Amino acid sequence: MAVEFIDIVETSLAGIGTGSLMALTGVAFVIIYKATKVINLAIGEMLMIGAFVFYGFSAGLALPIWASVPLTLVVAALIGGLIERTMIRPLLKDNPVSVFMVTIGLTSVLIGVVELVWSAEPRRLPEFLPSQPVLLGDAFIPSKTAYSFVIAAAAMAVLITVFAFWRGGIALRATATDRAAASSVGIDVPGVFSFSWMLAAVVAALAGILVGSVGGISSAMGLFGLSVFVVVIVGGLDSILGALIAGLFIGWLEAMVGRFMGGEFKLLATFTILLVVLVVRPYGLFGTHEIERL
Amino acid sequence: MRVGTAKQSYAADEGLFKTDTQKVWFGLLLAALVLFPLNGSSYWMFLAVLVMINVISTTGLNILTGYTGQVSLGHAAFMAVGAYTVAFFDGRFGTPVLLNLVLAGAVAAGIGYLVGLPSLRIKGLYLAIATLAAAVILGFIFLNWTPVTGGLRGLNVPTATIAGIELATPDRLYWLVMPITVVMVLAAKNLFRTRVGRAFIAIRDRDISAEIIGISLFKYKLMSFAISSFYAGVAGGLWAYLFRVVTPESFPALASIFFLAAVIVGGAGTIVGGIFGAVFMTLIPEFLKLSATALVPWFPDASIYLAPVRNIIFGLLIIGFLIFEPMGLAEMWRRTRRYFALWPFRT
Amino acid sequence: MSPSDSAAPVRPPAARLDVENLSLQFGGVKALDGIDLHVEPGSITALIGPNGAGKTSAFNAISGFYRPKTGTVKLDGVDITQVPARDRAKLGLARTFQNIALFRGMTVLDNIKLGRHAHLTSGVFGAFLYWGRTRREEMELRAEIERDVIDFLELDHIRNVPVAILPYGLQKKVELARALAMRPRILMLDEPVAGMNREETEDMARAILDVRDEWGVTVLLVEHDMGMVMDISDHVCVLNFGRRIAAGSPTEVRNDPDVIKAYLGGSGDPRKAALDGAAMGEVA
Ligand SMILES: Nc1ncnc2c1ncn2[C@@H]1O[C@H](COP(=O)(O)OP(=O)(O)OP(=O)(O)O)[C@@H](O)[C@H]1O
Ligand SMILES: [Mg+2]
Repeated sequence: MAVEFIDIVETSLAGIGTGSLMALTGVAFVIIYKATKVINLAIGEMLMIGAFVFYGFSAGLALPIWASVPLTLVVAALIGGLIERTMIRPLLKDNPVSVFMVTIGLTSVLIGVVELVWSAEPRRLPEFLPSQPVLLGDAFIPSKTAYSFVIAAAAMAVLITVFAFWRGGIALRATATDRAAASSVGIDVPGVFSFSWMLAAVVAALAGILVGSVGGISSAMGLFGLSVFVVVIVGGLDSILGALIAGLFIGWLEAMVGRFMGGEFKLLATFTILLVVLVVRPYGLFGTHEIERL
Repeated sequence: MRVGTAKQSYAADEGLFKTDTQKVWFGLLLAALVLFPLNGSSYWMFLAVLVMINVISTTGLNILTGYTGQVSLGHAAFMAVGAYTVAFFDGRFGTPVLLNLVLAGAVAAGIGYLVGLPSLRIKGLYLAIATLAAAVILGFIFLNWTPVTGGLRGLNVPTATIAGIELATPDRLYWLVMPITVVMVLAAKNLFRTRVGRAFIAIRDRDISAEIIGISLFKYKLMSFAISSFYAGVAGGLWAYLFRVVTPESFPALASIFFLAAVIVGGAGTIVGGIFGAVFMTLIPEFLKLSATALVPWFPDASIYLAPVRNIIFGLLIIGFLIFEPMGLAEMWRRTRRYFALWPFRT
Repeated sequence: MSPSDSAAPVRPPAARLDVENLSLQFGGVKALDGIDLHVEPGSITALIGPNGAGKTSAFNAISGFYRPKTGTVKLDGVDITQVPARDRAKLGLARTFQNIALFRGMTVLDNIKLGRHAHLTSGVFGAFLYWGRTRREEMELRAEIERDVIDFLELDHIRNVPVAILPYGLQKKVELARALAMRPRILMLDEPVAGMNREETEDMARAILDVRDEWGVTVLLVEHDMGMVMDISDHVCVLNFGRRIAAGSPTEVRNDPDVIKAYLGGSGDPRKAALDGAAMGEVA
């Protein structure tokens, strides 16, 4: 069976498009991990709740897109802050296993909330991305994939710039390096914790809107988080650059495997990669070595 | 613990039950288990069997997570392995029930051992993620290894038959499941009276001291994985005989969260906690179902909210207990007992 | 409640420890720089020195936590430098830690029992049944520990208490108890009396002397309390900045000009401290 070259190119491009969304969600995960050292298993569900809130504004209340998106991000920030304040902070001094299990409980709560409000039915988001397909040379890219890639890339560029130059970003990095030292130079460490969860929730919600507009939304879309999990392990839990590269790679890999081997092999491929990375290089490609001792 | 129990000898102090009161309580529990079927309701019998299956599985996870400190996100997948093993052997070869159950445990233990292997290199929560990966890969195998697992449609399970008696209903299955549960729970209790169990706890409390006193972390982590999976496998096997069909949907990822919740809510690191947790968590959905039925006159579609409300409650229980009562129901029970033991003279 | 039989504790022969040319480096810090240390069987040898001198590092290298850059560790003349930490337990090397390393979730009794782990043999199937050999082994273990360790260190009243709720001094004692349960041939104690009051210190000093006399164990200890060191040791070895600057009897060391200088540059005069009988250096 001859595989056409153009097919490979198109599949790769589509995969990189999905990968950019994984990378964006991965960045949300890394922000939380960097600041609070919490492994957030509920990142996929935070993405899901963002997508549903957007659905609520844009379809439920039929608000225009330019209002729905900012409103969604504000609500997401509030949800993120609420989670941090009520569930995470009381346990931050405990061992990391407890906090990790709290995020497992959070998974279940968020799925329940979405199903309670919107039911378990899959839904479609209102169309808001331009619909004429994009041609790159001879390769044909579905418009939603292409535009969500552009939006995700722009969002990440903004985030990275902010982290590098803005005071809050510096405070976050200082807290990540040494909490005690950060607080002794006057950084509001609890504030940084809250902020990191709010920011991560916003980023995840944005990713959720994009993922939902490409593939629709449902209470099972948190499964996207499984792939994101692989992304951050492969990239290194505390590395934004790692999340970017691993996100694109895993997205590409899943697309290729899905196209040429069958959809059921997607997760198998990613999780096999995950196991290999865990055993060979547990701190990921770009992660800091010390976190292995966690 | 009563104040000032005089102990006859160390043998008594090392006993399974340390005081006469405990022995009496255990006797009463056994009597209750034997007399329970007199209630005559097949609904209650079904529930009792389900509760006991969950007790076995939760005890298994408690050994791994509560006692050894290794979080597993794939416990339900090991139950599925047990269920498929029973369905395969009983369905294909008609092998005896008890043999099938042992095989279910053994196959699950073998796979659990494999899943534990990365613990040579990775620790803590990374290992939890490896268990998640293992669960995903097992799910793939269940779905795609059609000749053995029946693929998407799964396998039907024959009626459990022992000595010519068909255990077709929960009333009868009860007499298979109950003794197995009692034996497995007591075995787990015994485990923690010995060096093996102590080594598990030493690994959980994760100190350099485990190494200094000569405990091989690797060996005991693997052992804990294998034992925990054995319990899950047997529980899954019994589950197969109860529900009579196994499909890739039988043990979804949320089921693993169910067992983690049972361990946390009941009390991680105590055998009685695992029992409390399993009973409590199994009964909550039933209680919700009853409430929904009761609400129908006012909210005709109350039942469609059942699944989401259950998920929310499970999640909130995990979170709430971790924050407010990390030692779980077992600790609440201990406090209550102490309160009443000193009752008229409470301080 | 003492058991009816009162046989003497099992007494494995005291071990001799020889450390030669031991070096250890953390990045740029030379924690140990070619130190020699000879511990005679049945002696109490103290390793002293100002804060950061490398005493704990030496312990960690000897017990196998750190792989030394150079040098050998010999137990009774056998080179054990390459033996992993967990296998040294069986050879009779037992130690305590400067910052207590007990199993916090367990009772005192279970902590002590764990000390004997490497000497027990029962496996997982025996454990499930708690029958036959396993049962016998556990019973013997309990009786021995009660007799040799719990009675000996007077821990009867707390045997079923979780260690996490014990005061600091008692935790140190439980750590000693766990080390004793290992049937050590050489016992390494890292600051056994740090943070203790006068009475607790004397109690611990007596316990150490008793261990040596009754069990015939070699003791190597790190301690800042000069009064205690001078009182109970047969031999003292002084480290400073990772180097050995003196070794000899307590009297010799006390009058060694290098030692006096090291300590004066540090936090006090060992002679004065010893005379006052007060703790010297940091107490943490
Ligand atoms: N794990 C480590 N990583 C880096 N440096 C270390 C480490 N352990 C010890 N050091 C350094 O090695 C030197 C010796 O430390 P060590 O703990 O052995 O001193 P010590 O004599 O035990 O002091 P103290 O009396 O304070 O316990 C110190 O400079 C210390 O900072
Ligand atoms: Mg030290």
